[in-house]
Amino acid sequence: MPEKLFRVALREALKEEMERDDRVFCIGEDIGLFGGSYRVTEGLLDQFGPMRVVDTPIAEEVIVGSAIGAAISGLRPVVEIMTINFSLLAYDQIVQNAAKIRYMFGGEVTVPLVVRLPGGAGHQLSSQHSHSFEALYAMIPGLLTVAPTTPEDAKGLLKAAIRTENPVMFLESMSLYNTRGEVPDDDYETPIGKAAVRRVGRDLTIVGVSRQAVLAGLAAQRLEDEDVDAEVIDLRSLRPIDWSTLIDSVQKTNRCLVVEEGWTTYGVGAEVAAGLQQRVFDDLDAPILRLGGAEVPMPYNRELERAAIPSVDDIVREALRVVGRRVAA
Amino acid sequence: MRRLLQPDGSLVEGGCSRLGPEQLVEALRWMLLSRLVDARATALQRQGRFGTHSPVKGQEASVVGSAMALDPAVDWIAPSYRELPALVRHGYPLERILGRSMGRSPAATRIPDGVNVLPNQVALATQLQHAVGLAWGLRLQGRPGVVMAYFGEGAASEGDSHEAMNLAGVRRAPVVFLLMNNQWAISTSREVQSAGQFFRRAEGYGFAGVQVDGNDLLAVFEAATDAVARARAGEGPTLIECVTYRLSFHNTTDNPRRYLPPGWLERAECEDPIPRLEAHLAWLGLWDQGARAALEAEVAEEVEAAVQAALAMPPSRPEDLFDQVYALPPERVRRQRQELLQHVQEP
Repeated sequence: MPEKLFRVALREALKEEMERDDRVFCIGEDIGLFGGSYRVTEGLLDQFGPMRVVDTPIAEEVIVGSAIGAAISGLRPVVEIMTINFSLLAYDQIVQNAAKIRYMFGGEVTVPLVVRLPGGAGHQLSSQHSHSFEALYAMIPGLLTVAPTTPEDAKGLLKAAIRTENPVMFLESMSLYNTRGEVPDDDYETPIGKAAVRRVGRDLTIVGVSRQAVLAGLAAQRLEDEDVDAEVIDLRSLRPIDWSTLIDSVQKTNRCLVVEEGWTTYGVGAEVAAGLQQRVFDDLDAPILRLGGAEVPMPYNRELERAAIPSVDDIVREALRVVGRRVAA
Repeated sequence: MRRLLQPDGSLVEGGCSRLGPEQLVEALRWMLLSRLVDARATALQRQGRFGTHSPVKGQEASVVGSAMALDPAVDWIAPSYRELPALVRHGYPLERILGRSMGRSPAATRIPDGVNVLPNQVALATQLQHAVGLAWGLRLQGRPGVVMAYFGEGAASEGDSHEAMNLAGVRRAPVVFLLMNNQWAISTSREVQSAGQFFRRAEGYGFAGVQVDGNDLLAVFEAATDAVARARAGEGPTLIECVTYRLSFHNTTDNPRRYLPPGWLERAECEDPIPRLEAHLAWLGLWDQGARAALEAEVAEEVEAAVQAALAMPPSRPEDLFDQVYALPPERVRRQRQELLQHVQEP
């Protein structure tokens, strides 16, 4: 399989879906002429023209609101919001309409909408441009929420998101755009609702959310030096959660650490930990621990920003705590 | 403010009606039906058999005159919550609208396939954004429809309306923004809502804005047909401000006596669009007591039949709790639905 950049895998998914289905179109700020703030939509304007690659005014709510209307008309819009932070301006349309309108009216309308949400910290974009708001979307019934971490999944999940009839919040970690990985040549979908076991292990399960799943893999390598054999699960789908993969793993390892970049209070880790203790309490040999970002607005200062998000060191330290090793403070 | 019809039923000097005798009677029929539904729904609500109702009372000329400019076969309505006769004219059966407010089965009350009406919105101005996308989506698919989006002067204060109209202007979307200025947003008066005139906002968005007497069926119809024609010809959106008066409460939870200034309602009632249209029909020699009585009886029978049909609709089923959260329900939702069904079936 050829290796590709994460951003290129996303672009290929958009291009192939737009070629396959005339109803698919892209809408957002600076996605046409400029090719998108992260170059994901580069080249699409030339190929598909301004009716299908739509540069909009700077108005996130109507980008999503009009996409909902277009979806109801029979199209399949793919929205790019410049950063997940700006999606808060569209939160009303996403939560009050995209997620509810079908239910409120007995299935009269279907909203096959994809909202691409670049997010996460690590680039000194400061607190109004770099947060992880996964939980804000994952908590909403009526939405599906996914967060790919490999180029293969980026392409496969985006295709699945475009093809499903449900509205999908598609979380892209900005720090992953320049990562490489193998991407199959054939037309494939990565199923929404399935977690991926990235590394098989026996001593504890580390569940990673979005980019933290990648860091969890690096932490697992380090843990080998400590003679700890970690199983790493990439959650991939935040709603619905793939409980059966999580349960199988924790029933084997009996210990679990959940890692996310967002705030732990009311976070994705809280949901995973609560759901697991409810389902496999008797299999647990230790409390499930959560690791997340510092509970502060994302700092601008490089060192402080680094300190605010979980690092590989932090994951190793917490993993050792879960397996009962004495850890230096 | 554009006006064609005088309060005495005569046309203004040089005024010309685009509605023929049959259309005038059709319009009056919708307006009387709407007025009767308001009374019936309010009574049912007081009896605990109907949910919250927002009467159209006083605004019938604005709603009916604008809706009659649409072709239900191709055009769409993006409603707010005070446009009942427009929806019925567009093909959404009255008994289903009533059944929905009575909480009957979602399947029995849904908008039938092929009826070009969006679900009504009680979140202010959000429908304007859907309307822009819908209109633009129709154009992208080479479909001929125009979207008429209804909102009030209160909703015009929401940021949504600015974003929607701005994007509609930029994309020349085939939308008509029908702003129903009924002077009151619950207790908030028009003066508290905005220091400017609503229809003038269109200029800032690069499209036409007009202000019409919203209690004048002929003026509303004229403005709406011009706007629909412009949209259909690819000339972009129009903002129509219908200046009208809310002659009833905001909805059945409201009590306007707490805030309406003394004499306001009595003055507004002099502008009631129904007597004005009847006076016009009489002025044309098309109307008398007998004709009115016959039309009233016909409408009363239709409303009563719809009420009875709605009352006879099946109630919601337990599984309706989970159905339609997703178009394709995830496994957990399917399981919760199954568990609920098992629970209710256990003796």
